[in-house]
Amino acid sequence: MSTLTLSGVNKRYDNGAHAVRGVDMDITDGELIVFVGPSGCGKSTLLRMVAGLESITEGEMTIDGKRINETSPADRDVAMVFQNYALYPHMTVFRNMAYGLINRGMAKSDIEAKVRETAKMLRIEDFLERKPAQLSGGQRQRVAMGRAIVRSPKLFLFDEPLSNLDAKLRVQMRIEIKRLQRELGVTSIYVTHDQTEAMTLADRLAVINEGLIEQMGSPMELYSDPKTLFVASFIGSPHINLLPARFENGQLQVGDTAMAGFDALPQDVPLMLGIRPEHIAPHADGAFEISVDLVEQLGADSLIYGAVAGFNGNEPHELCVRAGEASQHLPGERIKLNFEAGRAMVFRQDSGERLI
Amino acid sequence: MKRVQFERSAVPYFFVAPQILIIVVFFLWPAAQAIYQSFLLEDAFGISSQFVWFRNYEDTILNFAWLQSAGFTIIFSVLVTFFSLAIALLLAVRANEVLHGSSSYKTMLMWAYAVAPPVAGLMGNLMFNPFVGDLYAALNILGWDFNQKLDAFDASFVVILISVWKQVSVNFIFFLSGLQSIPKGVMEAATLDCRSPEKRFWTITFPLLAPTTFFLMVINITYAFFETFGIIDTTTRGAPGGATNTLVYKVYTDGFLGADLGGSSAQSVILMIMVLVLTVFQFRFIERKVHY
Ligand SMILES: Nc1ncnc2c1ncn2[C@@H]1O[C@H](COP(=O)(O)OP(=O)(O)O)[C@@H](O)[C@H]1O
Ligand SMILES: [Mg+2]
Repeated sequence: MSTLTLSGVNKRYDNGAHAVRGVDMDITDGELIVFVGPSGCGKSTLLRMVAGLESITEGEMTIDGKRINETSPADRDVAMVFQNYALYPHMTVFRNMAYGLINRGMAKSDIEAKVRETAKMLRIEDFLERKPAQLSGGQRQRVAMGRAIVRSPKLFLFDEPLSNLDAKLRVQMRIEIKRLQRELGVTSIYVTHDQTEAMTLADRLAVINEGLIEQMGSPMELYSDPKTLFVASFIGSPHINLLPARFENGQLQVGDTAMAGFDALPQDVPLMLGIRPEHIAPHADGAFEISVDLVEQLGADSLIYGAVAGFNGNEPHELCVRAGEASQHLPGERIKLNFEAGRAMVFRQDSGERLI
Repeated sequence: MKRVQFERSAVPYFFVAPQILIIVVFFLWPAAQAIYQSFLLEDAFGISSQFVWFRNYEDTILNFAWLQSAGFTIIFSVLVTFFSLAIALLLAVRANEVLHGSSSYKTMLMWAYAVAPPVAGLMGNLMFNPFVGDLYAALNILGWDFNQKLDAFDASFVVILISVWKQVSVNFIFFLSGLQSIPKGVMEAATLDCRSPEKRFWTITFPLLAPTTFFLMVINITYAFFETFGIIDTTTRGAPGGATNTLVYKVYTDGFLGADLGGSSAQSVILMIMVLVLTVFQFRFIERKVHY
């Protein structure tokens, strides 16, 4: 149960890589924060700096108001779950979980009770005498969680803990992690590159791009009100549709199509129109026309993919539409589309800044 | 169930033949010869011999020089194994911490491995030479009245030092690769769980290195028993007064220099049995504890 603050945090590796470039953040008690971003954006680096596994080049971190920059990892009272579990291969599950407690000088009977209680919560009490090599991937994952939980730390840190599991188990564990975090109320940071995982887990998520936080907020906030082109394109599945545009003669020009309803946009700057697939629908006298390439039936709804007409000389632009169940359209067909103008977004192409 | 039947052919035998031939000619045949010889008593000129059952064995075991040699061999092997492992482990742990610049360091340590034992012995001999030896001079200047020709302790010191030096390099390489095969995440998890680096070493690193250590222990004991022959032959030659006479070296001196083939054969058979027992012991009792 703790708060964590980062102010002006920077990380430069010895080889000159500037992995984290000035991050400010306040994480309140009991929150589950997700760091999400493409591979190599610095998520792990930031998390490892909180854990004390990487030094802090610049800036300050505090836990419960106390500066931790110089505190050794073991004294920060944080627990981490690693991507490949990092269990101690020569110790039984029991010893794996007890190790941190033994080193903190807890009484033997308390350790025994604590480990059994945690093992029960995670349903691994039958494996306590096994070595990690005798466990399945999912069971190892649970032991790794158990090793973190049993210490009752101030912070949980997760670095892509589910990426070695198969899809079904991943969804299961995701739900379980969320449930455990709620129950235990421990402030947590969770790193992932998977936006679905991020959206489903987070109380708030921080979208990271090249060592900077692009935007931080609740999943719905980031989805419906992204501040930058990067956030808009990263959050949401399927991805937001992005079409190059210009503002000319008081109208937004997208390929050959001129669209009304937009004003006060800068002229002569390359713009990008962003529309989410669920905000477009087939309509008899719609503004856009696409030729259908592919229809994916998902059961509850269907996704129509097609190329937008009217980008003469340019490569055709792919568009995705989320239509109601059982769309009857066939590949090769041309259909007209309408979109909810009020939910469209416009970005500058150069800076990525959102204008509308 | 259908059995896969390979066509019978001479080709496989052709391929394994050289290996089998080598084992027979260089190992089984001499071993059989040694066992046979150990039951014979030859006259001083090697002209006639007489079957004497276990007399050679009795003579060997009841002989003071042999007991002295056995005692020295055990102490020598324990010390050489312990120090060459301990020093190599220490160096490997240090090297592993600063791994970036370590490849040149690694190569440099590897050089000693390329040195044959007799060459190592000759180099050591030179360093401990009373007239030109730097180490000899240094030890005497430091106040140690050092003389390996006269003092049993000093002579043992010389052969142990050279034997350890020769063996540290190969141990180092194995320990370093053992350390590097420990997943980084495991060490990081331990950093969060345990504050003291020494405690982490003894509870995580060292147990994870146990298979490497066990393997090296077997290698090193064998080395101390047999391969140090060249070092002893080029330095002390068992002197002073048999104080640095290992069992293997004694087999050689008694058999080839003393021309007591029967006694020497009995000694080598005893040596074979000792090594056999040691190996079985190591695999039975220690190996079981080191695997995870
Ligand atoms: N130990 C390191 N030494 C040098 N550069 C590193 C190191 N670890 C990561 N980096 C670099 O820092 C950047 C961020 O890495 P990382 O935090 O692992 O990204 P992510 O977890 O978001 O995929 C990358 O460009 C990576 O190459
Ligand atoms: Mg990462």
